[in-house]
Amino acid sequence: MTSPARPSVRRIAALLTGTITLVAAATGCGGGPGAGSATDKVTSITALDYYTDEPEHTQWDEMLTACGRAAGVKVEQTSVPAASLIPKVLRQASSRTLPDLLMLDNPDLQQIARTGALTPLDQYGIQPRGYAKGILSAGTYRGKVYGLAPYVSTVALFYNKDMLARAGVAVPRTWGELKTAATKLTRPGRYGMAVDANATFEGTWQFLPFLWSNGGDERRLDTPQAAQALQLWVDLVKSGSMSRSVLNWTQADVHDQFVAGRTAMMINGPWRIPALNTDKDLHWGVAPIPVPRAGQTPVTPLGGEVWTVPQSPSEARRAKAAQVLACLNNSSNMLTLARQHFTVPSRTTVAARHAEQVPTMSVFARSVAAARARTSQLGVRWPKAATGIYTAIQSALTGEQTPAEALKAAQRFATGD
Amino acid sequence: MTDPSPVLRKGTGQDDGVASAGHRGAARSRSGERLAQWMFIAPAAAYLLLFFGYPILRNAVMSFQEYTTTTFYTGSAPFVGLRNYSEVLSSDLFSTTVATTVLFTAGSIVGQFALGLAFALFFQRRFPLGGLLRSLLLLPWLLPLVVSGTTWKWMLDPDTGVVNAALRGLHLSSSGVPWLTGPSQALGSVILVNIWVGIPFNTAILYSGLRNIPAHLYEAAELDGAGPVASFRHITWPLLRPQVGVVLVLGVVYTLKVLDIILVVTGGGPANATDTIATQAYALSFQQFEFGRGAALSNVLLVISLTSALVYLRAVQRARNV
Repeated sequence: MTSPARPSVRRIAALLTGTITLVAAATGCGGGPGAGSATDKVTSITALDYYTDEPEHTQWDEMLTACGRAAGVKVEQTSVPAASLIPKVLRQASSRTLPDLLMLDNPDLQQIARTGALTPLDQYGIQPRGYAKGILSAGTYRGKVYGLAPYVSTVALFYNKDMLARAGVAVPRTWGELKTAATKLTRPGRYGMAVDANATFEGTWQFLPFLWSNGGDERRLDTPQAAQALQLWVDLVKSGSMSRSVLNWTQADVHDQFVAGRTAMMINGPWRIPALNTDKDLHWGVAPIPVPRAGQTPVTPLGGEVWTVPQSPSEARRAKAAQVLACLNNSSNMLTLARQHFTVPSRTTVAARHAEQVPTMSVFARSVAAARARTSQLGVRWPKAATGIYTAIQSALTGEQTPAEALKAAQRFATGD
Repeated sequence: MTDPSPVLRKGTGQDDGVASAGHRGAARSRSGERLAQWMFIAPAAAYLLLFFGYPILRNAVMSFQEYTTTTFYTGSAPFVGLRNYSEVLSSDLFSTTVATTVLFTAGSIVGQFALGLAFALFFQRRFPLGGLLRSLLLLPWLLPLVVSGTTWKWMLDPDTGVVNAALRGLHLSSSGVPWLTGPSQALGSVILVNIWVGIPFNTAILYSGLRNIPAHLYEAAELDGAGPVASFRHITWPLLRPQVGVVLVLGVVYTLKVLDIILVVTGGGPANATDTIATQAYALSFQQFEFGRGAALSNVLLVISLTSALVYLRAVQRARNV
């Protein structure tokens, strides 16, 4: 390396200027995009979602473009992976660069609404009518509706028709039948049943139908009802009809196991249907999640993404965004989107029409009507309870604690501050 | 990082030559020299302050605040004193995560060092393809950790992984080892993966240390009748001490903060069995969005790392003074 004999003042000045520019960049001086003044005519708005997979991404892009055209704006869609959506939204919230239209997973809405970064939809004249109760409660924070979802989903029991037929097993409807069926379907190299018992919110989401259908409640986890539900999962693993690896499986992994013929039944959602349909040799069926006693209705958690209008200085932009949001949620677009994504329209009348047209969806349409939003009881305290629940699942399935002990610890964690 | 001192020395030497005309000139030149010195230090100092000092300070402040998702939008984060620390330190998980962190670090360091030293000694000998093999040994270092972590996860899968398939094939185990699903085995598995990741670093540094030991010492020892064990004990080990210090202390600091491998291979599970202070701090901040508590826990980790770094610096100082 050569060095100048005498430090040139100009060089140092250049270096220092560089440093200052860096500081300015790091502290975020200078205006971001979307800071246009309110008087400008709005020609385009931005939208952020987590629909990164194809064909989902393109289908949403087309829908947003069509709704944008109706509102007279171009919609610029950005999709980020699901796990990075909330961190990105938080960064954007602090730098005041939130998009004009923001999609959120429904259990996250209350958390974000609490920050004050979202606007209530009634100020744009949007009156949600005919929505299923569950999804409306997920989109509501302190009595005001902040987000609306065109479609909702939930989980159900998927089964391999050929495997059930060969083993002479009927589709299980109760927990007892589920245990026997899973045992009968287990062979070397194949398990009877698969769930996602991962140490993430996804694991909690899959356990909720068992907890809720048995009368368990996320507000009080240390109850016999909750322990019985967890005992069911423990029994399935102990009897060898469910792999211990469920501890590490995501819903995508569970799906892969099912497609590979390594499990005869699984808990999963309707968004898997397009992938299941690509395999012509796989004959699958779908049924409601088994309930503790015959004749009960399963209570499942409500899935789906709500669209929101974040705060922004430009009233005109927000108005346009609200127009697009209303368009996404009109009955005909709801039906189109639900058909594309194998989900259930969130207006009950539209859902009924959809179930008539697509019979495989009738199981989900019925479940969704009774489905409960994860944040309906605990609101912004839900993430804490959800963490307690998946930790309890893991402790019980590894045999570290009995279900009752594990859930007692979960309750302590959920209510501790 | 470049050390500015050789540049300065070179510059001042020439400055002195120019300014030797008179006493006054010399004084002016000396103050100019001072300024020049500071200006050379300024970019590095500014860089350190901006990219190391500021985040650490922010993290320290954050650990005394109730910093939640709301803070991001409103900017208000009320000070809560030591509440974050008391909650983090008194939580049910804290003692187990500390124990896991200690086991993980100790296990990884012992394994990495022993195998790294063995490989370094092995490659010191000359044999055909030795150079090629030695460079292949660096492979774990070149792969992104997420890639190698995912591959290990597949290999260790209890049902379908190649490791259990091999064990079953060799009739060493009928049911297979629950590598990722048994609470005690899972910790062993992440330690195993981390050892594999750390071997190249240990081998590379120890190998370069071995190369610096003059060959004539071994020849002399051999003439005196010393066997391989005696020459290792009396020549290799004492002369390798500086490299051993570097490898161990940096190893401890690197291992304490390991996050990616654990997140990819086990995600901290099953049942928190592989949760270390680092993964717990990550979960608090970025999954539960309790940034204040996450900051408090990561400061605990920072203090532990800093202590071992100070031990290292002291050791280096002592070695230099000898």
